[in-house]
This record gives sequence, structure tokens and C-alpha cells, in this order.
Amino acid sequence: MYAYILRRIAWSIPFLFAASFLAFTIIQSPPGDYVESYAAKLEADGRQVDEARLRSLRDRFGLDEPFLAQYWKWISGIAKGDFGLSFQWQQPVSELIGDRMILSVILATSTLLFTWAIALPIGIYSAVKQYSWGDYFFSIIGFIGLATPNFLVALILMYVGVVHFGTNVTGLFSAEYVNASWSWDKFVDLVKHLIIPVVIIGTSATASLIRIMRANLLDELYKPYVTTARAKGLSEFKTIMKYPVRIALNPFASTIAWVFPQIISGSTVVAVVLSLPTVDPLMLDALLTQDMYLAGAFILLLSVMSIIGMIVSDIVLAMIDPRIRYR
Amino acid sequence: MSNTVDHIDPRLPKDIAEASQWQLMWRKFKKHKLALISLYFVGFLYVIAAFAEFFQPFDPEVTSRRDVFHPPQAIKFLDRTEDGTRFRPHVLGTTLSRDPETLATSYEINADEKIYISILGKTKPYKLAGFIPMSRRIIAPTKQGERFYLFGGDRLGRDMLSRTIAGTRISMSIGLVGVAMSLFLGTLIGGMAGYLGGWIDSVSTRAIELILSMPTIPIWLGLSATIPADIDPLMRYFAITVILSLIGWTELARVVRGRFLALRTEDFVTAARLDGARPRRVVFRHIMPSLMSHIIASVSLAIPAMILAETSLSFLGLGLLPPSISWGVLLKEAQNIRSIAQAPWLFTPGVFVLFAVLALNFLGDGLRDAADPYAQDLG
Repeated sequence: MYAYILRRIAWSIPFLFAASFLAFTIIQSPPGDYVESYAAKLEADGRQVDEARLRSLRDRFGLDEPFLAQYWKWISGIAKGDFGLSFQWQQPVSELIGDRMILSVILATSTLLFTWAIALPIGIYSAVKQYSWGDYFFSIIGFIGLATPNFLVALILMYVGVVHFGTNVTGLFSAEYVNASWSWDKFVDLVKHLIIPVVIIGTSATASLIRIMRANLLDELYKPYVTTARAKGLSEFKTIMKYPVRIALNPFASTIAWVFPQIISGSTVVAVVLSLPTVDPLMLDALLTQDMYLAGAFILLLSVMSIIGMIVSDIVLAMIDPRIRYR
Repeated sequence: MSNTVDHIDPRLPKDIAEASQWQLMWRKFKKHKLALISLYFVGFLYVIAAFAEFFQPFDPEVTSRRDVFHPPQAIKFLDRTEDGTRFRPHVLGTTLSRDPETLATSYEINADEKIYISILGKTKPYKLAGFIPMSRRIIAPTKQGERFYLFGGDRLGRDMLSRTIAGTRISMSIGLVGVAMSLFLGTLIGGMAGYLGGWIDSVSTRAIELILSMPTIPIWLGLSATIPADIDPLMRYFAITVILSLIGWTELARVVRGRFLALRTEDFVTAARLDGARPRRVVFRHIMPSLMSHIIASVSLAIPAMILAETSLSFLGLGLLPPSISWGVLLKEAQNIRSIAQAPWLFTPGVFVLFAVLALNFLGDGLRDAADPYAQDLG
């Protein structure tokens, strides 16, 4: 098992490199370089452009060196915790990211847990009671959930909240807790605010997971070993949970691998609509103003988060399915 | 070929035994009622997209200061006057009033003023699809210069119905163009990986795995942020489709690769190869035809994903930008709570997204079931 985990982590190192390379390419793509835009920005603000400072910045990021050398400087800086400077905010990127990254991780993980907690029982129910009213009900909800862009769901909930209930569903904290230090009350407040974004982001992933679980379980449900278990007098609940569900779980677990990137991706749009204090609104802002070091750092971190999510789901899969860890 | 017929179950009706693969598919597809309805609906949307100008009552760009956030009006078909009741579609006029304190505008229905609508009415001349000169639209105000708002007006008093129809053209076509590009990349890479195997297969499989493990929207956003903002709208449209298909090809490549791997060892492929057919002939004459149905099904499932992606990008302001009109661009107007609280009809393009994507999904499901020769019931 440990050997498998180690192998899996080693396997993801080239992935991490590829992701960072992609992020750096995006940073580099806009015309001009970072210091040029920085100087232009200073001039636009009517401030003195300090030549010596520009020179030191050029040296620091190696802007006159070839692409690969620049990439190396960037990535080794990141290894030391230096993500470069945000020229819009005039601050090191790492200082801007901190808290927001934590909230993003919290949001993504709670969405994943929610997705599982909802999809699993409903998938089992839909398969066991195939073509029942409940099955149809969840199928319809599922199809609509898949077809609606989740920012639309967010907008509609916002509309309903404001117009019919007079409450604001945006943000992750109530006004009195935004700048408060962490306490139990602040945590409770966060959990309350998390519910709506989690439900919105989770909808489409939940819908597809329900379909997958249902299909997998239907494949297993009518196999002879299930009949045998039933014939031996096992209770219906035990029969289903103990045998076909366990087998149906394998392909299900392997789907988390892509559900996690999907959740991170979906949360970007929802976080912008609901103005959540996660990394996403800041990333969008950075991209719109071409604040590329900040944007690149976010893209890199979100990709790393997806890759870690994939590793975790592969390990979970290996725990459920012994065939994988001994391959 | 004559003895192949003998192998077919003699109890089957004769016309099934002789039907081509496409006929069998169509026959099975027709049984899937939801998919059939979806096919008609999708066809309807593409007709609207193709002849968008004809279906728009007004030019989608024309603004009207007096009709800011004009609420939707209902068409009344029967006109009751002193002369009796006649069939004459019209909407009731509205008068604008402004609250002197809050400056909030509100529209009140004015039953005396009627705006008549003629079917195939004459309007200012326009060019259908950019080159066919026309002057009639499917519905138009009888008196030129009058305006009506079946789907309401936006913050500049532009007609939402006309704008939604204009958006249909771009949103529905971006799905097609994007999928065509993904399909090209997907079949090329997936086909090579599946047919040639070896290191090409491992490299492309790893690449696909990498792309699938990335959060797509942040990367799409990052890539579209690098498109210069002052680029021509048409170029931007193509740049966006390229960006969407750079990630979108992976699913198709996976499907194609899987099918190629399965078909490569089939007897008929081996036979073709032993007959001395060159790889190109083996691929295009023998393997591709049996892949077609699968590819069509995957394509119809990839189009809705493209539409949703474009909508999300444009919604965030990094996809298409005005003056291009797509459903996503229109929904961007509904982004802040003030506008949607005042004008909930700005959601209409969202309803279109929802139904288009639903219909395309059902259509894809139906096609996939119909394309699978091993699915349960026969013909």
C-alpha cells in the first residue's frame, strides 16, 4: 500500500511540472513583459519611475534571459515561497494568496464531500428502485442540474434571496465576522454561508455521479451472486450494501479523479457571482487587468490542487480495490 | 455477400434483415421519443440561428432611451373595437412614469394605445446572413418606428427577443465550430494513439490525463486573457473556439482511441491488412465507417459542453465581448443583483441555454443508444 502511494506521488511530479509550465506560458503570453507593464503603470499613475528599481526587478525575474531560464527562476522562486509581485496591488503575490487559498480549499473539499454524501445514497436508491417515481424524480433533477450553467443557478438563488426573502446570499462571512479573528462563532457563520455555494457548485457533479452509481449498480444487481446471497437468507439491506454496492463503488471512486478538477473549475464562476472571498474573484480580476504573476500563481495553485485531489482519489480507490494496489 | 443473409435470424422481418446500419440506427432512434423531440427542437434552434435576422423583430443593436428595462408585453391576438372582433395581433402600449423621489422607473399598461404587429411585416431593409437583401421579418410592428418587447428590454432599451435570437446564432454555432475542431484533433491524436500504439499511445494518453486533471475554467480564462482586447470580433470568436477545443478534444480522443484499440484486432481489419491494404486505406475504408456512429454520438454530447463553456467564459467577461452577442454575453448583463431585481427577464437567454443543452444531451443519449449494436431490443 505504501509502495503504491509513493509510486502514485512520484508519478504526479511530471504532472506538476507540466502544470507549472502551462501556468508560466500563460504568464508570458501577453505582449510586453512584466516590468514594462509595471513601468507603464507607474507612469500612468504619474509616479516617478525608478530606473534602478526596474533594473533590479529585471534581474530578479531574469527578464532578459531565454524562456526556459526565466521559467527556472520563477519556479525555483516558488519553491522558496516567492511567487513574484502583483503590480496592480504592489505586493508580493504570496501575501495576497494566503487566506483566500485556505477558503478555496475549504470550499472545494466541502463540495466534494457534499457531492459524495448526496450522490451515493441517491444512486443506490435509484438503482434499487429503478423506474420508480423517486428514480424518475432524481433523473429529471439530475438532467436539469447537468444542463444548467451553475452561475445561472447562483444568479437565480441570489434573485430569489433578494427579492423574496430580503437576504443576501453572497460572501462567506456575515459583516461582523469578516475581519474578526477565528472563533467558534465565526466558524459556525462560515458553515452557514458555505451551504449555498456548495450546493450550487456540487449540483452538476452530483448529477453525473448519481448516473454513474446508478448504472454501475444496475450492472451488478441482477448477477447470480446477489441472488445467492438473498437465497441464503441475508436481509435485503445487507445483501445490497455488502456485495453489489461494494463492487459498484470501484468505478465510482475512480470518477472522483475528474470530479475534483470539475469542482474547482465550477467554483470559479460561482465564486465570482456570489463574490466569495476565495482565490477565484481575485484571479479573474488579475486576468482582466493582465496582472500576470498574480494570475499565473492562481492558475498554478488551482491546478496543483486538482492534481492533489487526483492523488487522493487514486489512493482512496486503492484502499477500496486491492487489485489496483497490487498491480 | 449473399450467404451473410442466411446467418440472420429467419424470424426477423425481411426489411430488418436487409436494412443498412444507418436505417437500423434511425429505426431505433425513432423509438426514443425524448430524443426525437430533442432532435426537432435542436433543428428548430439551428434554423433560427441560420436565419437569425429574419426571426428578429428588430435590429438587436438599436437602443431606445424611453424603453430602458421595458417589461415584457403579451401578444393579444383578437382585437376588439366598435366594429367587432377581428384577428389582429397587437400588444398594449405602456407609459413610463418616474418616481419623483427614488427616480425608479415603472411602466403602466395603457389599454388605449395599441401597437399592431404584422406577420411577415415590412421593416427597414437588411441583409440575411450578411448577403441576401430582404426587407420582411417574421413579425414586425405594422407602423414603422413603433417598438414592442415580447421578452422585455435591456438597460439600453434594446429588444431582448431580438438579442436572444442573435445570441442563438453565435452560441449554437460556437458549439459546432468548436466541436469540429476538437473532432479533428481528437480523431487525429486518438486514432494515431489507438492504431499505432507504442510510445505515441503512451505520450498522448499521458497528455490527455494531464489535461483532464486540470481545472478547465481557470485555464480557459488564462488563455483567453492573452487574446488582445482590441482584436476584431470575428477573430476573437475563432480564438475562443480554438481555446475551447484545445481542452475539448481530449474526451473525443479517448473515445476514438478506445474504439481503435478494440477494432484493430477485429478479423475484418486483419483481413484488410493481409490483403495488402495500406494503413491509410485500412483506417479510412475499414475502421472509420464502424466508428462513425460512436463519433456522432460523442460529438452531440460534446456540443452542449462547448456551449456551456462559452457561456461561462463570456459571462465572466473573458469570452466573447460586446458587440458580439451570445447567450453568455447577454447573461453578463444579469450579473449584478440590481439589474436582475429590476428586470428578471434578463434571464431569458439562460432559459435558452438550459433548453438547448438539455435537448442536445437527450439527443446525444438517443444517438448513443441507437448507435450501440449490442443494446437490448432489436429494431
